[in-house]
Amino acid sequence: MADLAFAPTPEKRPDLSQPQHAYVRMVRQKRVYGANLLGGFLLLLATGFHVAETRNAGDFLSGLPMLGAFPSEVLSEGWANRANVPGLALHFIPSLIETLNIAAVSTLLGGICAALLALLSTRGLAPFPRLIPVFRRTMDALRALPDVVIALVLIYVLGGGPIPAVMAIAIHTSGALGKLFSEAAENADLKPVEGLASTGARWGQRIWLGILPQVAPNWASYLLMRFEINVRVSAILGFVGQGGIGADMKVAMQWGQGKYDEVVAIFLILFFTIVVIDRSSDWLRTRLTKGAHHG
Amino acid sequence: MLHVQNVTRRFGAKSAVDQASFSVSGSAFVGVIGRSGAGKSTLLRMMNRLTDATAGEIVFEGRNILALQGADKRAWQSQCAMIFQQFNLVPRMDVASNVLHGILNRRSTLATMFNVWPEADILRALTILDRLGIAEQAPLRAEALSGGQQQRVAIARALMQDPKIILADEPIASLDPMNAQVVMDTLRRIHDEDGRMVIANLHTLDTARRYCDRVIGMRDGRIVFDGTPDQLTTSVARDIYGADDSFNESATSTAIPADTAYAETMLA
Repeated sequence: MADLAFAPTPEKRPDLSQPQHAYVRMVRQKRVYGANLLGGFLLLLATGFHVAETRNAGDFLSGLPMLGAFPSEVLSEGWANRANVPGLALHFIPSLIETLNIAAVSTLLGGICAALLALLSTRGLAPFPRLIPVFRRTMDALRALPDVVIALVLIYVLGGGPIPAVMAIAIHTSGALGKLFSEAAENADLKPVEGLASTGARWGQRIWLGILPQVAPNWASYLLMRFEINVRVSAILGFVGQGGIGADMKVAMQWGQGKYDEVVAIFLILFFTIVVIDRSSDWLRTRLTKGAHHG
Repeated sequence: MLHVQNVTRRFGAKSAVDQASFSVSGSAFVGVIGRSGAGKSTLLRMMNRLTDATAGEIVFEGRNILALQGADKRAWQSQCAMIFQQFNLVPRMDVASNVLHGILNRRSTLATMFNVWPEADILRALTILDRLGIAEQAPLRAEALSGGQQQRVAIARALMQDPKIILADEPIASLDPMNAQVVMDTLRRIHDEDGRMVIANLHTLDTARRYCDRVIGMRDGRIVFDGTPDQLTTSVARDIYGADDSFNESATSTAIPADTAYAETMLA
């Protein structure tokens, strides 16, 4: 009866000769947690539905069947005028190039700003360590502002066109990339930097020779990923008055003009471009981070 | 020529180096010994200004180098080369470029970014590599070299600085005995041929005895011994390392014993 001294309510003790018991019990416990979590989630969803329903402008349930109305109209009209689609696709290539240019320039500008901000806010590298929180919060602020909001403000200030689009995307990009760049730089080996410092090298020289060769593959990979994102953003910005393919799409998409063949053409070339960019940047990024042998 | 006066470095409440004072005149080969954490590295890093001192003065040729700031500080660093335990080279760059980094102090950042170096300096870097017996490795990446070769590249970088003092922080602690000997021989040769002052932190007594003209012993941040290798008896060494009678010097020796009997049987 020695057991009673340790466990007042005798329960079945785990049999150490059969370790699978403990494992089975652990699995069962995890399953109970999972079920509870799922139940709670479904409960919140059900209770929240009514609130969402009453705040909607239209009626959710009666609107639901209409969801396919617009796409089917576009598709049927596009299909009827399918002979026009290849010609229209060619016609919209210049605006597509404008969209891609906006993305490329803004990624480059944002990337340069991000690199500077990242180096200024990385522990062990920053030339002014006391200002690290200032630069970090600056990046947070730049990242927190959605590019569409910046673009809307800049349209009022500068008017429409590609320049405000570039500025808007670059501002958001410098914040978003700066954080990623800084994390990569934080993991860099500081021994080369120390060696260079011991020879009396300036800050710029220490960074250029000691840090950049180490972080270059990671930074390039992040930059490519951001370029992918920025192509989509720059297409969307066309809707709020910036140039590029988005502006053409907005004009074509307005109801009842019989321009749905244009919508189809624009959508096709945009889809094709994004697929090409995503695939090639995937391939490049794998090569950059894992080396040519794995890519 | 070099006067270290009451130099102290505190990390929080703990003193890493406590009131260290010594003077070196002429071109001496000075060894600093002591167990890990005795403050040897901190002392050397303060001389190179990689670490700031809490108090005290280091006077070299009439200037307190601990008070230098900005460009003056970097100019001092270029005159006071440092060699590290882990070599601290740029691993992805070639050996000759790593040697050229020794003159970064007088090159502009822009010229560094575009990798522009005067031809005379490139030739000088190659001459130094040739002198240290690693000229063939000049175009290789530094990371492709063995530890001993990398440390010689680091010494070449130091020589490229044309320094008045060479500081070596545990230069052979991560090398095998054979490479350790090559590196120590190289340091001694630089001292003998160029007449440069060398101050080296060493973790083995036999290395200090064999290569140094003068040995400084540190314990818990204080200098507890300063004399010639002859004065460094076993009992003094026990005091420096805080060891008891079981302390056996030959147990930690990294010298390659001249075991002729073994060689003879193998050759017979």
